[in-house]
Amino acid sequence: MFNPDIIKPENLVYEKTNVLTDAVMHYCAGCGHGTTHRIVAEVIEEMGIQDKAICIAPVGCSVLAYNYFNVDAIGAAHGRAPAIATAIQRMFPDRHTFTYQGDGDLAAIGTAETIHACNRGENIVIIFINNGIYGMTGGQMAPTTLLGMKTATSPYGRTVELNGYPLQITELLAELPGTYYITRQSVHTAAAVRRTKKAIRQAFENQKNKKGTSLVEVVSNCNSGWKMTPVEANKWMVENMFVKYPIGDIKVDGEKVKK
Amino acid sequence: MAKELKLMKGNEAIAEAAIRSGCDGYFGYPITPQSEVMEHLMIEKPWETTGMVVLQAESETSSINMVYGGAGAGKKVMTSSSSPGISLMQEGLTYLAGAELPALVVNVVRGGPGLGTIQPSQADYFQAVKGGGHGDYQMYVLAPASVQEMYDFVFLGWEIAFKYRNPVMILSDGAIGQVMEKLYVGPHIPRWTEEELRKNAPWASCGKPADRDHNIITSLDLDSAKQELHNHKLQAKYREMEEKEVLFETINCEDAEYIFVAYGSSARIAQKAIQLGREKGIKVGLLRLITLFPFPKKQVAEFSKKVKGMLAVEMSAGQMVEDVRLAAEFRCPVEHFGRYGGIIHTPHEVLEALEEKIIKG
Repeated sequence: MFNPDIIKPENLVYEKTNVLTDAVMHYCAGCGHGTTHRIVAEVIEEMGIQDKAICIAPVGCSVLAYNYFNVDAIGAAHGRAPAIATAIQRMFPDRHTFTYQGDGDLAAIGTAETIHACNRGENIVIIFINNGIYGMTGGQMAPTTLLGMKTATSPYGRTVELNGYPLQITELLAELPGTYYITRQSVHTAAAVRRTKKAIRQAFENQKNKKGTSLVEVVSNCNSGWKMTPVEANKWMVENMFVKYPIGDIKVDGEKVKK
Repeated sequence: MAKELKLMKGNEAIAEAAIRSGCDGYFGYPITPQSEVMEHLMIEKPWETTGMVVLQAESETSSINMVYGGAGAGKKVMTSSSSPGISLMQEGLTYLAGAELPALVVNVVRGGPGLGTIQPSQADYFQAVKGGGHGDYQMYVLAPASVQEMYDFVFLGWEIAFKYRNPVMILSDGAIGQVMEKLYVGPHIPRWTEEELRKNAPWASCGKPADRDHNIITSLDLDSAKQELHNHKLQAKYREMEEKEVLFETINCEDAEYIFVAYGSSARIAQKAIQLGREKGIKVGLLRLITLFPFPKKQVAEFSKKVKGMLAVEMSAGQMVEDVRLAAEFRCPVEHFGRYGGIIHTPHEVLEALEEKIIKG
């Protein structure tokens, strides 16, 4: 029942941040991108850094991220976002340059740019969405695809013989002295969303304090690519992705978290 | 202010010009024969004086994307490399052109293909003027023939790059990069303040103030109809460059019956060949190309109506000669001469080629 009479300021319980534009997002229902966009935008609003934020959008499902974030933005070539962010942050040290990248972008074609930006300790924030698949091009195998997982280019399931092992790039980056904060989160429950928001806030606060590279990985489902309903996909993600990509802080304040 | 006389390598002149022209950032990767560009910058430490950022990247792919980022934020940014490294940068160059970003890229060409050699060559002409990367795009391509021009063209490069929002390439070669010559350098031009940047590059993504929409730098448009319109706009810009920005020099052409067409090192060699030819009574002149794109089509066409033949002299198996032939439209014989693979032709070889290929023809 729609009752227009209740639309009053005093009844407002939630409002879209103006750091997101009014553009209708193209993401699939149930995908983690939309939620992560909102979290990043809310953090930017809460920190009052909209005028300082510069988004580097990737190639992949979030290629059009620049249409959704109401901040200045640059669309990168596939995998090159950390190099682009490096230059901007070095020439504008008081800005908040952040990259928003998927697993194919960050952990396959852009591996060199990712590792070297992190190793130099560039004062940038990297938001990394890991759904174990190439979503935009139609569900092909990604560097993070799990063994046995079926994709358009591993139709019988990923095997070590043919494809090698899934790449835990986030753990690898935590080994580099240039990284200051590395964490892996998810956005599939309300509690997870709150933890991710805290992590992203921490990443931007680190940048404000010029601490070096902060990376927040968000393990997400790709329900259309995985060919599941969103609910099934989240269940599968918890039971399978979280085993290979466990949720939690990996490096905090420049120190690796002891397990 | 008085100009200062210096003795420098061509590569060092590029670096000196970068600092003095108000460049905001240089991003590069070592490769012979141009490594002196970054070496000179690292010795000069401009970040302590002008505030210019200098960074050694992990690859040429990364360098050109750092340039793309800096340019997208409205900064005066540049890189330099040599042939194999420039091949790696082609992705970034087409993105710069597509997103209409001003940037300066120096190619100190060496012999190819592949890893080739480290000696001078002019075999990257096609790559520089015909695209190199994918899609319909053009760079503005300047061909210095001296250390002084290596210096001067950095200043000219910024002017064109920002006027047209387009990447500019300085297409040099290993000889001009390595040779030491005297040059005059001018006073420092200060880097833009943030206020100047925002005024001169209002399109730049450098942080959105409350009073304007967010700026987006991209070469992507999923709507083909819009992408075609964008291409129309790019083509109109390239035609405008052809109309307004062609640069060339004519030497000994007033009475010439034959014309050498050359650029860069080959133009220097051709000048000596003119002297040798004139001593033998051969009336030959030189059309020295300064811009390779836009190509001086009109000037070549004019000469083709007057002279008995033209010899395209270039250190390649014959690349620029194709554009000379297109502009000459068979009105006179056009032949090619050049040593390549890192070998530099001598003035005697050039003159001999004119006699054999054109005069005896």
